[in-house]
Amino acid sequence: MNGIVQQQVGTEEAGLAEEPVIVRVSGVKKKYRDVTAVDHVDLEVRRGEFYTLLGPSGSGKTTTLRLIAGFEKPDQGLIELNGADVTKLPPYDRDINTVFQDYALFPHMSVAENVAYGLQTKGVPKDECKERVIEALRMVRLQNFGERKPAELSGGQRQRVGLARAIVNRPKVLLLDEPLGALDLKLRQEMQSELKRIQAEVKITFLYVTHDQEEALTMSDRIAIFNHGRIVQIGTPTDVYEKPADAFIASFVGTSNILHRHGKRFVLRPEKIRIAPLGQLFDEAGLHVEDGRILEAIYVGMFTRYVVALADGTEVTAVRQNFDRTTARFRDAAGTTVQVAWRPDNLFELQ
Amino acid sequence: MNDRPHTVSVSTSDRLSAVLSGAVRRVSVILWRKPGLSAGLLLAPPLGWFLLIYIAALAALFISAFWTTDSFTGEIDRTWTLSNFQAIFGSETYRLIALRTIFMAAAVTITDVILAFPFAYFMVRLASQRQRVALFTLVLVPLWSSYLARVYAWRLIFAHEGVLNWVLHGLGFQSIEIGYTNWAMWIVFSYIWLPFMIMPIYAALERIPYSLFEASLDLGAKAWRTFFKVILPLAMPGVVAGSIFSFSLTLGDYITPVLVGGPGSDFIGNVVYANVGIANNVPFAAAYASIPLVVMGLYLMAARRSGAFDVM
Repeated sequence: MNGIVQQQVGTEEAGLAEEPVIVRVSGVKKKYRDVTAVDHVDLEVRRGEFYTLLGPSGSGKTTTLRLIAGFEKPDQGLIELNGADVTKLPPYDRDINTVFQDYALFPHMSVAENVAYGLQTKGVPKDECKERVIEALRMVRLQNFGERKPAELSGGQRQRVGLARAIVNRPKVLLLDEPLGALDLKLRQEMQSELKRIQAEVKITFLYVTHDQEEALTMSDRIAIFNHGRIVQIGTPTDVYEKPADAFIASFVGTSNILHRHGKRFVLRPEKIRIAPLGQLFDEAGLHVEDGRILEAIYVGMFTRYVVALADGTEVTAVRQNFDRTTARFRDAAGTTVQVAWRPDNLFELQ
Repeated sequence: MNDRPHTVSVSTSDRLSAVLSGAVRRVSVILWRKPGLSAGLLLAPPLGWFLLIYIAALAALFISAFWTTDSFTGEIDRTWTLSNFQAIFGSETYRLIALRTIFMAAAVTITDVILAFPFAYFMVRLASQRQRVALFTLVLVPLWSSYLARVYAWRLIFAHEGVLNWVLHGLGFQSIEIGYTNWAMWIVFSYIWLPFMIMPIYAALERIPYSLFEASLDLGAKAWRTFFKVILPLAMPGVVAGSIFSFSLTLGDYITPVLVGGPGSDFIGNVVYANVGIANNVPFAAAYASIPLVVMGLYLMAARRSGAFDVM
């Protein structure tokens, strides 16, 4: 029940509640020998959504994607695409295309031939095929690379070809299996905004798998968080970050401190904790203030991360933006006694 | 007292090894600075062997093909002439033998590709680890036994009272006589060279990532289209490598035709053998032996032109 309620909240916030459900997965289960990869998964993706399956490796997110693509058959449950049951259909009869983690480009074909492959299979007339290939390559900014072979491209360019090869078919849903996993950080960030731009242009529903929580928060309309083959929370990026459903989510999505007070557990995010030397007032009223001792100060460049022991022994992590260049004071702060403070409404109680 | 000679000998050997390791070090520094030199040193022995044994022998073969033998004295006449080739192409028998050999090699190659492909595909994609080991063993075990023993075994299978007819009788069919025919040769050749086709195709298929197969299905292609557009082109280097084995080994064989082919099934190799050993006409044998070389060369050129090596 909880999951369904949060799902409703999520779509409303994303402004997509009016859109029809395009992918519905209900009660799907998949076992490999004695390992349950996917355990009773339910999810609904609405048209035009950027929907992310997020979770650690082995949590069932990729298997769920492969079940939707048709590469695997579920042991139980139903997969619907645009209202029609596709559970028993092979991949070539589903109006879905996939962008693979290892790109899976055909090495013996040129870039243009790769992109044209799906259209030729469907028997699209030659002229239209040519036009659509050019259009797709333009969209991924590879218009001059049609004659090249995949081996002559960089990793980022190959990823774009993989994307073009999928979107050229104008599928109802595009599945992306950790598409940026093999790229370095800078390129990954570029491709993230590129993907958002392309999605806005083609208006195709994206179902995206990643283990990178920052990527999920940056790109998604909604996120389904997987753990041990189950979905543990569905919500918008702010939902899952600010109101994590359990301790696993709280620690998997970003870092968080869990405080035990009055027999209850609360999540407190590091960036919501302020630090000040003893005897100095905080610039905001109504804060909850406690004493603590800095155990460790880690300089990260943009900010400094402090591990602080509170009076009751709890260790919390706090970050402080490096407002000034003279950060030596904060770096050498280990061992000093400080005050930490937070706004009470930034505590989120775990159920 | 006992220690002294011992100590002395150690210090001498120490000095010696120091000098030696210094020399080794200097040499390895020179080699490290000049990678071309070290590559040259590595390559020199095999390259020398290759030039002497392979290239020189082939050259001698080609050159002697343009000589003749004096039919009376049996001595070699080193005047340049095309008479050997004229004799080959002018004679219906020699043309027929050459064509029979080439057609048999082609038929055996096609048969082996058709048999080996599904076998190798099963090994790569569908077999469990244990099944794969078992199949590998099955493919390789025949290679451990003598070629002659295996061809003789087929003689027994094809014989009038042999295993084949015994089985056919048991199943209520009439007996057939295919021993000592081209059919028998075709079956035996296909059997003997099959492992040489399975192995390279297996290696080629194993290199194809499974995601390519899924990508093809994902893009709407069914199994047949996936096979002809993706799997087969990418496995082509393996098919070509295997066919080089089966084609050239069949082209050069002269034992199977004798043992299971019977009369009227001579191969190029039999003619070469007869001319070297019995007729003592080495130049003619050389001329006839160059036919398989030319055929193989043409085959490789055609394979290359068709792009079979592009994905290697």
